[in-house]
Amino acid sequence: MSGHDHDHHHDHDHSELSETQLRVRALESVLTEKGYVDPAALDLLIETYEKKVGPRNGARVVAKAWADPAYRARLFKDATPAIAELGYAGRQGEHIVALENTAKLHNMVVCTLCSCYPWPVLGLPPVWYKSAPYRSRAVTDPRGVLADFGVTLPKGIEIRVWDSTAEIRYLVVPMRPAGTEGWSEDKLAELVTRDSMIGTGLPKSPQDISK
Amino acid sequence: MNGGQDLGGAHGHGPVRPEPNEPVFHADWEKRAFALTLAMGMPGGWNIDMSRFARENRPPGEYLSMSYYQIWLAGLITLLEQRELVTEREIDAGHALAPPKPVKRILSPGDVAEVLYRGGPTERQTNTSAAFKVGAKVRAKNINPISHTRLPRYVRGHIGTIERVIGCHVFPDSNSTGAGENPQWLYTVRFDGRELWGADGDATVKVSVDAWEPYLEPA
Repeated sequence: MSGHDHDHHHDHDHSELSETQLRVRALESVLTEKGYVDPAALDLLIETYEKKVGPRNGARVVAKAWADPAYRARLFKDATPAIAELGYAGRQGEHIVALENTAKLHNMVVCTLCSCYPWPVLGLPPVWYKSAPYRSRAVTDPRGVLADFGVTLPKGIEIRVWDSTAEIRYLVVPMRPAGTEGWSEDKLAELVTRDSMIGTGLPKSPQDISK
Repeated sequence: MNGGQDLGGAHGHGPVRPEPNEPVFHADWEKRAFALTLAMGMPGGWNIDMSRFARENRPPGEYLSMSYYQIWLAGLITLLEQRELVTEREIDAGHALAPPKPVKRILSPGDVAEVLYRGGPTERQTNTSAAFKVGAKVRAKNINPISHTRLPRYVRGHIGTIERVIGCHVFPDSNSTGAGENPQWLYTVRFDGRELWGADGDATVKVSVDAWEPYLEPA
């Protein structure tokens, strides 16, 4: 892309965003003046999902499932209370199901109708998860979608796509990478990526984090 | 509704473009639009199904050309205007032009953590028993309501297998219109890729949706 094109594109985005920005600011002023919202509560909501709730939560769940067979059994039997043991629960994660990846089965999660996503364990969804390309193709061509992420699975492996059409939220538990025997949960958690818990990626390998 | 939101199986949207090291929000206004949407649920008195319908109920071209938080913002404004909590003139002015309507309760900073932790569970007690058992063959009904539904077009008319009986859950098709929660049995229904997409479909792919009993018939 030439410098000119880049600048043009940038300016275009900027003016569009400004219009929306002004409208949001106006709306917040009206709602605050009317006493319907407390701006301090808004700040706290933003801080919660920017700083506290994110995929590190899910990584801790997966690492524990890898390291602790009893926890793993509880997680696959009834994920919501098992995840609540670690303190993660609530909005957009009221009913969670954990999905087990195996050598024969790869799970992938989508919400074709909107953006349903397990907030307490993964935080807010990335833009691509909410985008038309992902929502349209995940159910027809999951291997093609995986290729967009640079992931190729063995040919014979079954791909199971879970369309989150109700209030059940799905968390993929990827396979534990080889060469991690005896690792602590904290160290294992470093291998667990957000995308590996959606099913559009795989966990890191021990080599990836030793670089 | 058969709107722009019902995207499963649509063509022409191009490749998925992951963004490395993506921030949680891409602009300050996204943060405020997100927080306003969450905070207004309590005084606004609407439910999640009404919110979803307010977002999706617009011309498909408009839906597809808006960013996700632009859709949220538009949905929020629709809900506010429907209940006369805010007018378009007030948003244009950036100030309240009429006194507030009484609301039950607003979200205070002290409530935030508890409200988020509690969430909004949708499972309900029932005296009825589930009509379908695990392993049963079912057909997703060919329904085309103009109101909110959570049965995507791409499974309608197709035969799948009950994989899991989830429980009895609030029924969005009723809840979104204000007709009440009308809880119904909810199932995970699994479809073969080729049942959905024909002979050219990937035989190694299976797709499931979570479907309420009124969406299903024995096959």
